[in-house]
Amino acid sequence: MTMTTQRRTRLAKSGVLAGLLLGAVFAAGPVLWMLSSSFKSNTEIFELPPRLITGSFSFDAYTAILTNSETLRFFFNSYLVAGAVTILTLLVAIHAAYAFSRFEFRGKRVLNVVIISVQAVPPITLLIPYFGLVVALGLYNTYPGLIFTYMVFTLPYAIIMMTGYMNTLPRELDEAVRVDGAGSLTALWRVLVPISVPGIVSVGIYTFMIAWNEYLFALTLTRTTEMRTVPIGIQLLMGQHSYEWNQIMAMSILGSIPVLILFLVLQRFFISGLTAGSVKS
Amino acid sequence: MSLRTLTPPDPETLVTGALPRKRRRLRRAGESYGFLAPTLILLFVLMIVPIVMVIGYSFQDNVILRSSSEFTGTANYVTVLTDPAFWKATGNTVFFSTVSVAVHLVLGLTFALLLNSPLISVTSRAVFRALYALPWLFTAAVIAVLWRMVLSPNGIVNFLLNTDVEWLADPQLALGTVTFINIWAGYPFFMVSLLAGLQGIPQDLHEAASIDGASQVQRFWNVTIPQLRPIIISLLLLDLIWTSQQFALIWLTTGGGPIDVTEMLSTYTYKLAFANYDFSLAATAAVLILLMSLVLAVLYVRHQKARD
Repeated sequence: MTMTTQRRTRLAKSGVLAGLLLGAVFAAGPVLWMLSSSFKSNTEIFELPPRLITGSFSFDAYTAILTNSETLRFFFNSYLVAGAVTILTLLVAIHAAYAFSRFEFRGKRVLNVVIISVQAVPPITLLIPYFGLVVALGLYNTYPGLIFTYMVFTLPYAIIMMTGYMNTLPRELDEAVRVDGAGSLTALWRVLVPISVPGIVSVGIYTFMIAWNEYLFALTLTRTTEMRTVPIGIQLLMGQHSYEWNQIMAMSILGSIPVLILFLVLQRFFISGLTAGSVKS
Repeated sequence: MSLRTLTPPDPETLVTGALPRKRRRLRRAGESYGFLAPTLILLFVLMIVPIVMVIGYSFQDNVILRSSSEFTGTANYVTVLTDPAFWKATGNTVFFSTVSVAVHLVLGLTFALLLNSPLISVTSRAVFRALYALPWLFTAAVIAVLWRMVLSPNGIVNFLLNTDVEWLADPQLALGTVTFINIWAGYPFFMVSLLAGLQGIPQDLHEAASIDGASQVQRFWNVTIPQLRPIIISLLLLDLIWTSQQFALIWLTTGGGPIDVTEMLSTYTYKLAFANYDFSLAATAAVLILLMSLVLAVLYVRHQKARD
């Protein structure tokens, strides 16, 4: 009796492990191949039979990307745009979340529905009028053109997540400051914002990732190479150097590192901020 | 933008926050509009104005590029709705979205159940969880170039399968291939959300079912699935909304080709505007896509309300 139970458990255990390993090959295999290819010479990438590590293992592709002023410019642009979007989104969202979390006002329900529905509007639908607007306002091929249009993606989430976070904080904290005669703005910045740091960090990281990864608007609202962001830069690399695959892979990895770092280092912070935001008061 | 899909927003979050207080209500209401002013201005400029504009464009000809637009009534709608390419793109989008979403659910749930199994150690759970979340960390441009390399005719997939196939260029295979790539890119969102959901199911529900003599399979269908149902419906609707809007992945792998076999509504509209420079027709297609998305959005908002 015990023998069969033990055997069945062992069998189930190896079944689960086999399933997990198979899944891991599917999930991580292509990523491993990308990493391996970025250290090869271009001719070795498609050699037969394929090898994970070849004799000419080198960081040459990375050096090529990091010493090229054109590709460095893509990174500069992406950091600048994503950074500006993050700061502006946080500033606007903190104030909106404060109003949603601490005030009653006419139109609150309607505005709530509007903010949720905005997220379902397809980017391609907005792109056509944005193109017209951005050209008419002289913002075509400029940073502000990208920064402001990106906020349509980032703001709704930021407001919803930030409000959720503030709802978990006791009202008594900021009420007390206001009773002492300080204004609402003081209560917000002196009391609520300092204790909301985990929530603000989560929302900020999330906003940065959305802006860093954006493709469609960056493709359409900029034109010259020196205004392009990393996702477009990866694409440009494909046409330009007639498929220098090792450099394309190195660029892809370098372009994913900011998101990877933000995600891994701050994962605990991030997830606790998210869960705190989802608890309703 | 796979990272756009991090947490299903909760529609009631914004409303349930403040408790009504009669005293000081009027003064505070005025104040709250001050705090909301930047949001309201941005929503007006970035959402209301563009939607009015795009609807306006769809009833005119020669918009944006020339200043002599004329009102043309529903002519643009007739043109788009009688264009076989529009319907081909609609069909492809429906296939791409529904297959992606269905497989996302199956894979995400399978991986979540495996990771949640009591048979594996905490360490291996953490390692596998990190490996499985990997595709989530890459943007569509990276995912596209990665799979173009892996799937190239002399790439590693053809070597491993001992085939000689143009996965992205063969008209018979291209739609299936881009769907597969999208499945790879999108399942972690389901996995992470469902794993959190599984860990939230009270253990005594399973114990009670076991005492009643329920087998593992019965417990899965009668305890696990009903408990996860609300999360699953939210995930399906959100993923359907986002997958049907996918542009970058298609654009950077096949560009809608070969011929039109992977043409989606997004690439179709993009080409009308930026390849044919017919912004009037593009606006018309954009309005039609907006209407389709609204149906999904209404379902989603309703479902979220019902959950509370």
